[in-house]
Amino acid sequence: MGSRTIKPGFTFEYTMWIFTRISGLSMILLVIIGITAAFFMGARTQMDLPTLMRWTFFPNPNHVLNSEIPDITLGWANAFWQIMQILIIFFAGTHAYNGLRIVLEDFMGHTIIRPLLRGLIFFLWIFSLILAIYVILAS
Amino acid sequence: MSLNRKVGFFQGLKYRGKGPMWAWMLHRITGLCIILFVGFHVFASFFMQQFGSDAATSINIVYESWVFQILVIFIVIFHALNGFRIAVQDIWPPLQMYQRESLWLQWLVFIPIYGLTIFILIQNGIIGV
Repeated sequence: MGSRTIKPGFTFEYTMWIFTRISGLSMILLVIIGITAAFFMGARTQMDLPTLMRWTFFPNPNHVLNSEIPDITLGWANAFWQIMQILIIFFAGTHAYNGLRIVLEDFMGHTIIRPLLRGLIFFLWIFSLILAIYVILAS
Repeated sequence: MSLNRKVGFFQGLKYRGKGPMWAWMLHRITGLCIILFVGFHVFASFFMQQFGSDAATSINIVYESWVFQILVIFIVIFHALNGFRIAVQDIWPPLQMYQRESLWLQWLVFIPIYGLTIFILIQNGIIGV
Protein backbone atom coordinates (compact mmCIF):
# COMPACT_ATOMS: atom_id res chain seq x y z
CA MET A 1 0.00 0.00 0.00
CA GLY A 2 1.82 3.08 -1.18
CA SER A 3 0.69 6.23 0.48
CA ARG A 4 2.50 9.51 0.09
CA THR A 5 3.50 11.17 3.29
CA ILE A 6 3.03 14.90 3.16
CA LYS A 7 5.22 17.05 5.36
CA PRO A 8 3.22 19.36 7.59
CA GLY A 9 3.75 23.06 7.02
CA PHE A 10 3.51 25.45 4.09
CA THR A 11 4.14 23.49 0.92
CA PHE A 12 3.56 25.07 -2.49
CA GLU A 13 0.27 23.22 -2.95
CA TYR A 14 -1.05 24.27 0.46
CA THR A 15 -0.07 27.90 -0.05
CA MET A 16 -1.77 27.98 -3.47
CA TRP A 17 -4.88 26.34 -1.97
CA ILE A 18 -5.10 29.12 0.60
CA PHE A 19 -4.28 31.75 -2.02
CA THR A 20 -7.08 30.55 -4.30
CA ARG A 21 -9.67 31.07 -1.58
CA ILE A 22 -8.24 34.39 -0.39
CA SER A 23 -7.86 35.77 -3.92
CA GLY A 24 -11.39 34.72 -4.85
CA LEU A 25 -12.90 36.45 -1.84
CA SER A 26 -10.69 39.50 -2.38
CA MET A 27 -11.85 39.83 -5.98
CA ILE A 28 -15.48 39.77 -4.87
CA LEU A 29 -14.65 42.48 -2.31
CA LEU A 30 -12.81 44.62 -4.89
CA VAL A 31 -15.75 44.28 -7.25
CA ILE A 32 -18.16 45.45 -4.56
CA ILE A 33 -15.90 48.43 -3.85
CA GLY A 34 -15.87 49.25 -7.56
CA ILE A 35 -19.64 49.13 -7.96
CA THR A 36 -20.25 51.11 -4.75
CA ALA A 37 -17.79 53.82 -5.68
CA ALA A 38 -19.28 54.02 -9.17
CA PHE A 39 -22.74 54.61 -7.73
CA PHE A 40 -21.38 57.24 -5.37
CA MET A 41 -19.74 59.02 -8.29
CA GLY A 42 -22.99 59.27 -10.21
CA ALA A 43 -23.22 56.03 -12.19
CA ARG A 44 -26.95 55.74 -11.58
CA THR A 45 -27.73 58.57 -13.94
CA GLN A 46 -24.56 58.81 -15.99
CA MET A 47 -23.77 55.24 -16.92
CA ASP A 48 -25.63 52.42 -18.59
CA LEU A 49 -25.49 48.87 -17.32
CA PRO A 50 -22.80 47.49 -19.66
CA THR A 51 -20.49 50.38 -18.79
CA LEU A 52 -21.10 49.73 -15.09
CA MET A 53 -20.25 46.05 -15.56
CA ARG A 54 -17.11 46.89 -17.50
CA TRP A 55 -16.08 49.27 -14.72
CA THR A 56 -16.86 46.68 -12.07
CA PHE A 57 -14.56 44.04 -13.43
CA PHE A 58 -11.80 46.39 -14.46
CA PRO A 59 -11.93 50.00 -13.24
CA ASN A 60 -10.12 51.52 -16.20
CA PRO A 61 -10.97 54.96 -17.67
CA ASN A 62 -11.32 53.37 -21.12
CA HIS A 63 -14.25 51.46 -19.71
CA VAL A 64 -16.28 54.58 -18.99
CA LEU A 65 -15.95 56.22 -22.39
CA ASN A 66 -19.52 55.25 -23.34
CA SER A 67 -21.03 57.10 -20.45
CA GLU A 68 -22.26 60.62 -19.89
CA ILE A 69 -19.73 61.42 -17.23
CA PRO A 70 -18.63 64.98 -17.86
CA ASP A 71 -15.05 64.65 -16.71
CA ILE A 72 -13.45 61.26 -16.25
CA THR A 73 -10.16 62.42 -14.87
CA LEU A 74 -11.59 63.58 -11.59
CA GLY A 75 -12.92 60.47 -9.95
CA TRP A 76 -12.30 57.74 -12.47
CA ALA A 77 -8.78 58.02 -13.85
CA ASN A 78 -6.59 58.49 -10.83
CA ALA A 79 -3.91 56.45 -9.05
CA PHE A 80 -6.41 54.83 -6.67
CA TRP A 81 -8.18 53.10 -9.53
CA GLN A 82 -4.91 52.17 -11.20
CA ILE A 83 -3.83 50.44 -8.01
CA MET A 84 -7.25 48.76 -7.70
CA GLN A 85 -6.90 47.51 -11.26
CA ILE A 86 -3.43 46.16 -10.60
CA LEU A 87 -4.71 44.34 -7.51
CA ILE A 88 -7.64 42.87 -9.43
CA ILE A 89 -5.40 41.73 -12.26
CA PHE A 90 -2.81 40.26 -9.91
CA PHE A 91 -5.41 38.29 -7.92
CA ALA A 92 -7.31 37.25 -11.03
CA GLY A 93 -4.27 36.25 -13.06
CA THR A 94 -2.63 34.23 -10.31
CA HIS A 95 -5.96 32.62 -9.35
CA ALA A 96 -6.63 31.75 -12.99
CA TYR A 97 -3.22 30.36 -13.91
CA ASN A 98 -3.14 28.34 -10.71
CA GLY A 99 -6.54 26.89 -11.63
CA LEU A 100 -5.18 26.05 -15.08
CA ARG A 101 -2.25 24.29 -13.44
CA ILE A 102 -4.64 22.23 -11.29
CA VAL A 103 -6.73 21.18 -14.30
CA LEU A 104 -3.54 20.29 -16.15
CA GLU A 105 -2.31 18.12 -13.29
CA ASP A 106 -5.63 16.30 -13.20
CA PHE A 107 -5.30 15.26 -16.80
CA MET A 108 -1.60 14.87 -17.45
CA GLY A 109 0.19 12.01 -15.84
CA HIS A 110 3.84 11.59 -14.98
CA THR A 111 5.20 12.24 -18.44
CA ILE A 112 7.86 14.70 -19.51
CA ILE A 113 5.14 16.92 -21.02
CA ARG A 114 3.77 17.92 -17.63
CA PRO A 115 6.70 19.98 -16.34
CA LEU A 116 6.97 21.57 -19.79
CA LEU A 117 3.32 22.64 -19.65
CA ARG A 118 3.73 23.83 -16.08
CA GLY A 119 6.63 25.95 -17.25
CA LEU A 120 4.50 27.29 -20.09
CA ILE A 121 1.74 28.21 -17.66
CA PHE A 122 4.28 29.96 -15.41
CA PHE A 123 5.64 31.92 -18.36
CA LEU A 124 2.12 32.87 -19.54
CA TRP A 125 1.32 34.04 -16.02
CA ILE A 126 4.30 36.38 -15.83
CA PHE A 127 3.72 37.57 -19.41
CA SER A 128 0.02 38.31 -18.79
CA LEU A 129 0.74 40.22 -15.59
CA ILE A 130 3.39 42.39 -17.23
CA LEU A 131 1.14 43.05 -20.23
CA ALA A 132 -1.88 43.91 -18.10
CA ILE A 133 0.06 46.22 -15.78
CA TYR A 134 1.48 48.01 -18.81
CA VAL A 135 -2.04 48.48 -20.25
CA ILE A 136 -3.26 49.80 -16.89
CA LEU A 137 -0.47 52.32 -16.47
CA ALA A 138 -0.56 53.42 -20.09
CA SER A 139 -4.31 54.14 -20.20
CA MET B 1 -2.37 -3.07 -7.51
CA SER B 2 -3.17 0.58 -8.03
CA LEU B 3 -6.40 2.34 -8.90
CA ASN B 4 -7.14 2.61 -12.62
CA ARG B 5 -8.14 6.22 -13.09
CA LYS B 6 -8.42 6.10 -16.88
CA VAL B 7 -12.15 6.60 -17.20
CA GLY B 8 -13.56 8.13 -20.35
CA PHE B 9 -15.45 11.41 -20.20
CA PHE B 10 -18.89 9.99 -21.01
CA GLN B 11 -18.34 7.04 -18.69
CA GLY B 12 -17.47 9.51 -15.93
CA LEU B 13 -20.71 11.39 -16.54
CA LYS B 14 -22.60 8.28 -15.43
CA TYR B 15 -21.42 8.86 -11.87
CA ARG B 16 -24.49 9.99 -10.00
CA GLY B 17 -22.98 12.92 -8.16
CA LYS B 18 -25.99 15.08 -9.05
CA GLY B 19 -26.02 18.73 -7.89
CA PRO B 20 -22.58 18.98 -6.31
CA MET B 21 -20.95 17.14 -9.23
CA TRP B 22 -22.54 19.46 -11.83
CA ALA B 23 -21.50 22.45 -9.72
CA TRP B 24 -17.92 21.17 -9.72
CA MET B 25 -17.94 20.48 -13.46
CA LEU B 26 -19.51 23.83 -14.30
CA HIS B 27 -17.07 25.61 -11.99
CA ARG B 28 -14.15 24.02 -13.81
CA ILE B 29 -15.59 24.67 -17.28
CA THR B 30 -16.46 28.28 -16.47
CA GLY B 31 -12.99 28.79 -15.04
CA LEU B 32 -11.36 27.60 -18.26
CA CYS B 33 -13.76 29.73 -20.31
CA ILE B 34 -12.89 32.82 -18.29
CA ILE B 35 -9.20 32.27 -18.95
CA LEU B 36 -9.95 31.86 -22.65
CA PHE B 37 -12.39 34.74 -23.21
CA VAL B 38 -10.95 37.28 -20.80
CA GLY B 39 -7.44 36.35 -21.92
CA PHE B 40 -8.38 37.00 -25.53
CA HIS B 41 -9.93 40.31 -24.54
CA VAL B 42 -6.84 41.43 -22.59
CA PHE B 43 -4.44 40.50 -25.39
CA ALA B 44 -6.71 41.98 -28.05
CA SER B 45 -7.03 45.23 -26.07
CA PHE B 46 -3.26 45.44 -25.76
CA PHE B 47 -2.72 44.96 -29.49
CA MET B 48 -5.55 47.37 -30.31
CA GLN B 49 -4.01 50.01 -28.07
CA GLN B 50 -0.45 49.52 -29.27
CA PHE B 51 -0.68 48.62 -32.94
CA GLY B 52 -4.24 49.44 -33.98
CA SER B 53 -4.50 45.83 -35.10
CA ASP B 54 -7.63 44.96 -37.09
CA ALA B 55 -7.70 41.34 -35.97
CA ALA B 56 -7.58 42.43 -32.34
CA THR B 57 -10.34 44.98 -32.94
CA SER B 58 -12.61 42.33 -34.45
CA ILE B 59 -11.98 40.00 -31.50
CA ASN B 60 -13.00 42.82 -29.18
CA ILE B 61 -16.09 43.65 -31.23
CA VAL B 62 -17.31 40.06 -30.83
CA TYR B 63 -16.39 40.04 -27.15
CA GLU B 64 -18.22 43.30 -26.42
CA SER B 65 -21.41 42.45 -28.35
CA TRP B 66 -24.46 42.06 -26.16
CA VAL B 67 -25.19 38.52 -27.35
CA PHE B 68 -21.75 37.30 -26.37
CA GLN B 69 -21.95 39.15 -23.07
CA ILE B 70 -25.02 37.12 -22.07
CA LEU B 71 -22.73 34.07 -22.09
CA VAL B 72 -19.78 35.83 -20.46
CA ILE B 73 -21.90 37.23 -17.63
CA PHE B 74 -23.34 33.78 -16.89
CA ILE B 75 -19.85 32.32 -16.80
CA VAL B 76 -18.40 34.99 -14.52
CA ILE B 77 -21.28 35.31 -12.06
CA PHE B 78 -21.66 31.51 -11.76
CA HIS B 79 -17.95 31.00 -11.17
CA ALA B 80 -17.88 33.80 -8.58
CA LEU B 81 -20.94 32.62 -6.63
CA ASN B 82 -19.92 28.96 -6.72
CA GLY B 83 -16.40 29.89 -5.70
CA PHE B 84 -17.78 31.96 -2.85
CA ARG B 85 -19.77 28.93 -1.65
CA ILE B 86 -16.64 26.73 -1.84
CA ALA B 87 -14.45 29.26 -0.01
CA VAL B 88 -17.05 29.72 2.75
CA GLN B 89 -17.36 25.94 3.14
CA ASP B 90 -13.58 25.64 3.33
CA ILE B 91 -13.30 28.30 6.01
CA TRP B 92 -16.12 26.78 8.08
CA PRO B 93 -15.89 23.02 7.36
CA PRO B 94 -19.04 22.08 9.36
CA LEU B 95 -21.00 23.83 6.58
CA GLN B 96 -19.88 21.09 4.18
CA MET B 97 -22.66 18.93 5.62
CA TYR B 98 -25.19 21.23 3.96
CA GLN B 99 -24.30 20.83 0.26
CA ARG B 100 -27.88 20.65 -1.01
CA GLU B 101 -29.07 23.67 0.96
CA SER B 102 -26.05 25.76 0.03
CA LEU B 103 -26.60 24.95 -3.66
CA TRP B 104 -30.22 26.03 -3.36
CA LEU B 105 -29.10 29.28 -1.73
CA GLN B 106 -26.53 29.77 -4.46
CA TRP B 107 -29.13 29.45 -7.24
CA LEU B 108 -31.52 31.64 -5.25
CA VAL B 109 -28.94 34.43 -5.29
CA PHE B 110 -27.77 33.73 -8.84
CA ILE B 111 -31.13 33.80 -10.61
CA PRO B 112 -32.17 37.37 -9.64
CA ILE B 113 -28.72 38.86 -10.25
CA TYR B 114 -28.24 37.13 -13.61
CA GLY B 115 -31.87 37.54 -14.64
CA LEU B 116 -31.95 41.27 -13.99
CA THR B 117 -28.66 41.80 -15.76
CA ILE B 118 -29.58 39.96 -18.94
CA PHE B 119 -33.07 41.44 -18.93
CA ILE B 120 -31.53 44.89 -19.14
CA LEU B 121 -28.89 43.67 -21.59
CA ILE B 122 -31.41 42.08 -23.99
CA GLN B 123 -33.80 45.01 -23.70
CA ASN B 124 -31.05 47.49 -24.57
CA GLY B 125 -29.67 45.19 -27.22
CA ILE B 126 -32.96 44.85 -29.03
CA ILE B 127 -33.79 48.53 -29.00
CA GLY B 128 -30.28 49.19 -30.18
CA VAL B 129 -28.70 51.19 -27.40
